[in-house]
Amino acid sequence: MNLAAKDIRHNFGRFALTTVGIGLLLMIVMGMGGIYRGLIREATLLVDRIGADLWVVQGDTRGPFAEISRVPANLEDRARAVPGVASARRFVSHTIQREHRGKPLRIVVQGLSWPEDRGDWIPLVAGRALHQAHYEMIADRSLKLELGEKVQLGKDVYEVVGLTSGMVGSGGDGLGFFTARDAQSIQFDLPGEALRLERQSRRARVANVDLGQTQPLLLERAVGSARGIPALAPAQVSAVMLTVQPGADAAQVAATIEMWPDVTVYSKQQQVDLLLSGMVDKARRQLGLFRVLLIIISTIILALIIYTLTLDKIHDIAMLKLMGARNRVIASLILQQALLIGALGYALAYWLGTFAFPKFPRLVVIETPDLIQLAVIVFGISVLASMIGIAKAMRVEPNKVLS
Amino acid sequence: MTANANHPPAVEAIGLTKIYGSGNTEVVAMKDVSVKLSRGEVVALLGPSGAGKSTFLTAVGLINPPTSGRIVIGGEAVMEGERALVDLRAFRRQHLGFVFQKANLIPFLNAVENVAVAMEINDVAPRAARQRAMELLDYLGVAERANNLPDALSGGQQQRVAVARALANQPSLILADEPTAALDSHRGRQVMELFRKVAHERGSAVIVVTHDHRSLDVFDRTYEMEDGKLRASLHDGHAV
Repeated sequence: MNLAAKDIRHNFGRFALTTVGIGLLLMIVMGMGGIYRGLIREATLLVDRIGADLWVVQGDTRGPFAEISRVPANLEDRARAVPGVASARRFVSHTIQREHRGKPLRIVVQGLSWPEDRGDWIPLVAGRALHQAHYEMIADRSLKLELGEKVQLGKDVYEVVGLTSGMVGSGGDGLGFFTARDAQSIQFDLPGEALRLERQSRRARVANVDLGQTQPLLLERAVGSARGIPALAPAQVSAVMLTVQPGADAAQVAATIEMWPDVTVYSKQQQVDLLLSGMVDKARRQLGLFRVLLIIISTIILALIIYTLTLDKIHDIAMLKLMGARNRVIASLILQQALLIGALGYALAYWLGTFAFPKFPRLVVIETPDLIQLAVIVFGISVLASMIGIAKAMRVEPNKVLS
Repeated sequence: MTANANHPPAVEAIGLTKIYGSGNTEVVAMKDVSVKLSRGEVVALLGPSGAGKSTFLTAVGLINPPTSGRIVIGGEAVMEGERALVDLRAFRRQHLGFVFQKANLIPFLNAVENVAVAMEINDVAPRAARQRAMELLDYLGVAERANNLPDALSGGQQQRVAVARALANQPSLILADEPTAALDSHRGRQVMELFRKVAHERGSAVIVVTHDHRSLDVFDRTYEMEDGKLRASLHDGHAV
């Protein structure tokens, strides 16, 4: 006769409520793990999918993700000349927040190195890759933009020609793919007044030096478009991505470029490591601590519930002892109930999670090893929680029946 | 009280003394109590509250050891003072049955399960335990309530189930502590007669602590306890 099952059937309401409570707590624990996995996936998604073997960034920086990196756009041409390099693409990425349809729209603007890179590598769920050098974009679904929708960014209007899914930046904002030049236009878009002030400032600076005073034409050029002034450097890019030729040694290529004093080179794995050790690490520790706290809370709650359920049964336990029941019969009654609450709570957490997690604003990734780990933890806390109840039950004297 | 020549006494208590506390707070609850019961005997134990009846019952029931004295059950010495000579829990399981003022049925088990659990605890297979439990409930006239939880049973029915549970492992000794206190006189007498029937038909010795003088004719012998001492009673005219 399974006493635990009989007791549960008799006190079904209380057990059900307890299980739901534990299940919800475990769902949060499960979700925390999933959010951490999601953070990692989101953080490394672009590095994984963009298909670069090497990242050339500003010297002595850990860019372009972990910190700001600025390299001249012509670095692309220099890198292309290195033996073993198959292709070089500029990487332009920055986050903007604009108003669209009356709501804030946060986009991680991603520049594609047109015309070599038209976004053919991006997994599309609708539409197509970029077909022209300007005013087209591919948007992640999380941006909630429709195919064919027009979005004003800066002074220009961009049409959504393709939709992708699951492409988000490390902050969880959806990616928008543009040509690199459009991405820079969006990045460096300034209001007319700011441009006018900058030109006046430039003119004033030129006027203050001898050259400006002796060459009046320079003053005239200084108030013109920045592109018309060869002395001014073109807009910089965040990094240059390289793919190496088949059979070429990526480490050798990296070593060659490392000799240039103005840049630093990272392999794909190094870039992933930088992301995880930098941006994601604190979030990982935060979520990890939160998880530990929730597990402790779950254990305490479960222990408390099992303890009170045991207290409710003290008289019955005394009666069982009086009848000569072995300790293992009584311990098993309590342990089975704790394990059942734990197991059902876990199953409930998993089931609820399948509905709730996709609705979370950030990606929640539940992986099998994490599920197994949590199952082991739940088993552990169920056993631990039952210990207090069992200890209490073991101390009950059979003559308690008489009181 | 005499034992059958071929069988050892069902229970023999020799010089049982129980002292609670020490020094100024010392209370002698039971003093040099000796008694011997044969199998099939039904004995009533009378006395005012605090006379030591329950102390005697719990000592013989192996749940509250005496300070000194010796207890022998079914010919086997089980207690020597406070020292247990056997595994008390296992011994209770196999040889003793208990009935109390309250039925003390386990609330999440129905009537038949309440009886069967006593047998399963004693390693009887579940199917056999259930079958025997049904037979006992039938014997005690509550078979039709076998699948009811204790809440759904009357006081008398609960007490019958408790008696069935006490009989489950065919104990040599049944100890009943005021089993009819919560019942009306008619049902109380029924329960007392049930003990007599059980003792005579099944061969168990029964000690019943009671205040109910109206049913004393049911018992083979009657003892009275006062100030921790046991003496034979003349209430029923059968005193030893």
